[in-house]
Amino acid sequence: MTPKTTLIAALSMSSLALAAPATAPTSQVKRGEYLVNFGGCHDCHTPKKMGAKGPELDNERLLSGHPEQMPVTPAPALQGPWMAATVGTMTAWSGPWGVSYTANLTPDRETGLGAWTEQNFIDTMRTGRHMGRGRPILPPMPWQMAGKLTDQDLKAVFAYLRTLPAVQNRVPQPTPPASVSAEAAPAPAR
Amino acid sequence: MARLHPLLSLLLALAAQAGAAAPIPEHLRDTGLYAADVLPFSPQYALWSDGAEKRRWIRLPRGTRIDARDPDRWVFPVGTRLWKEFTLGRRIETRMLERTRAGWRFATYVWTEDGADAVLAPSEGLSAGVSVPGGGRWTIPGTADCRACHEGQPNPVLGFTALQLSSDRDLGAPHARIAHAEVHLEDLLARGLLRGLPAALQRSPPRIPAASADERAALGYLHANCGICHNRHGPLAGIGLDLLQALSEGPASVERTRASALAVRALRPVGDARVRLDPGKPEHSVLFRRMGARDPLDQMPPLGTEKPDRDALALVERWIHSLADRRTP
Repeated sequence: MTPKTTLIAALSMSSLALAAPATAPTSQVKRGEYLVNFGGCHDCHTPKKMGAKGPELDNERLLSGHPEQMPVTPAPALQGPWMAATVGTMTAWSGPWGVSYTANLTPDRETGLGAWTEQNFIDTMRTGRHMGRGRPILPPMPWQMAGKLTDQDLKAVFAYLRTLPAVQNRVPQPTPPASVSAEAAPAPAR
Repeated sequence: MARLHPLLSLLLALAAQAGAAAPIPEHLRDTGLYAADVLPFSPQYALWSDGAEKRRWIRLPRGTRIDARDPDRWVFPVGTRLWKEFTLGRRIETRMLERTRAGWRFATYVWTEDGADAVLAPSEGLSAGVSVPGGGRWTIPGTADCRACHEGQPNPVLGFTALQLSSDRDLGAPHARIAHAEVHLEDLLARGLLRGLPAALQRSPPRIPAASADERAALGYLHANCGICHNRHGPLAGIGLDLLQALSEGPASVERTRASALAVRALRPVGDARVRLDPGKPEHSVLFRRMGARDPLDQMPPLGTEKPDRDALALVERWIHSLADRRTP
């Protein structure tokens, strides 16, 4: 397939998906997969493994977030214009916000998005808050960009995520920067 | 593409025009807040706003009434407006909630430092905040922030409900105050502004049927500060924590709150706290720990506050201790 025909095929696919009625889940899922691939979601949400040609996506753990078994040592202190550091899998990041770990996007109910509704997902992308109401989504997640997708495209992304094999992987909680964690001790109320 | 009949197009355009609300005024003084028929009110269980002093008002279109048949979901006439003014040393902002034909819409007005005018804030809010006397900044919420709290359950009017306006006010509630000049449920009935309020609530004003005064106040506080998102009706229903009290359900509502929280494992632990409410052990209760946290990852509520509510923490701490006492045979 030439680049031109690939482009035409991609455009046709997206226009077909846009024109498709809501009762055509296959088209919606395909559209979601297309957006996830192009949107770079795998870059951070899929663990990598070393293959014959270098690091590659670990297809057994697609979009399952930072592996809970992977040890993460304290991040190096950065200086000057350097602001963020990441591990080799790109699933853990350190910066002025503390240390964040990429989320498990598979439909596992306990550790992934299994309990989320489509509206929870849309609200999260639109507001930058968990389920649209909870804690802020941390860098480097570009929710501001993802949130510019149409409702239809966000629904397609969610529909695709729903088709992934559920991976049980409890991603570590983020840790705040040292200056904040010192203030975060539980508040006695006596 | 099929073309619409010209007459149908005209009818659709007219319908859209009739449904469209007028633009939100640029100045607070043009919103109707200073009209003679505006009624002041204050909910018995207030939302904590870092100690800001708050005043609230409602205005119904002339000749209209609130449909109060469902005591937990009052239906307000189109054109209803409610305001809430925040003062921290000086007037900071006044928020407005308006019922239009298309639904509820949200706006906030920021007061100038000299208090002479309050001007409509941008819909994305002012995340850098405005200065307050004595130092510090006050964040002006955007429309998305308004929706995060007001659309967490089916009734977007949070402070003007049968329970919140009960004349049997809970003086054990944190920051409780006696509402001398404000309207309550009986006033609204006497003024003919309510339609269909259940007879039982007309006979005796509503109160949370709790086991003790502390429990009543704690459940009321959690209802107003947490239950607006943590309930079984809204987008967060899947979490399974229900802190919203429903008058229509009587004691079953309190029971459901207990069942959703007491000794129930939290989705996310905080330090060594792993269950939502651990009877007798506030420090092992995620609810208590997150109420007291103010780092963005743990704090609850997640927005609208930067300082823990010490009075409320003391109340909830007493209540959690009392839950263990109640279990002792």
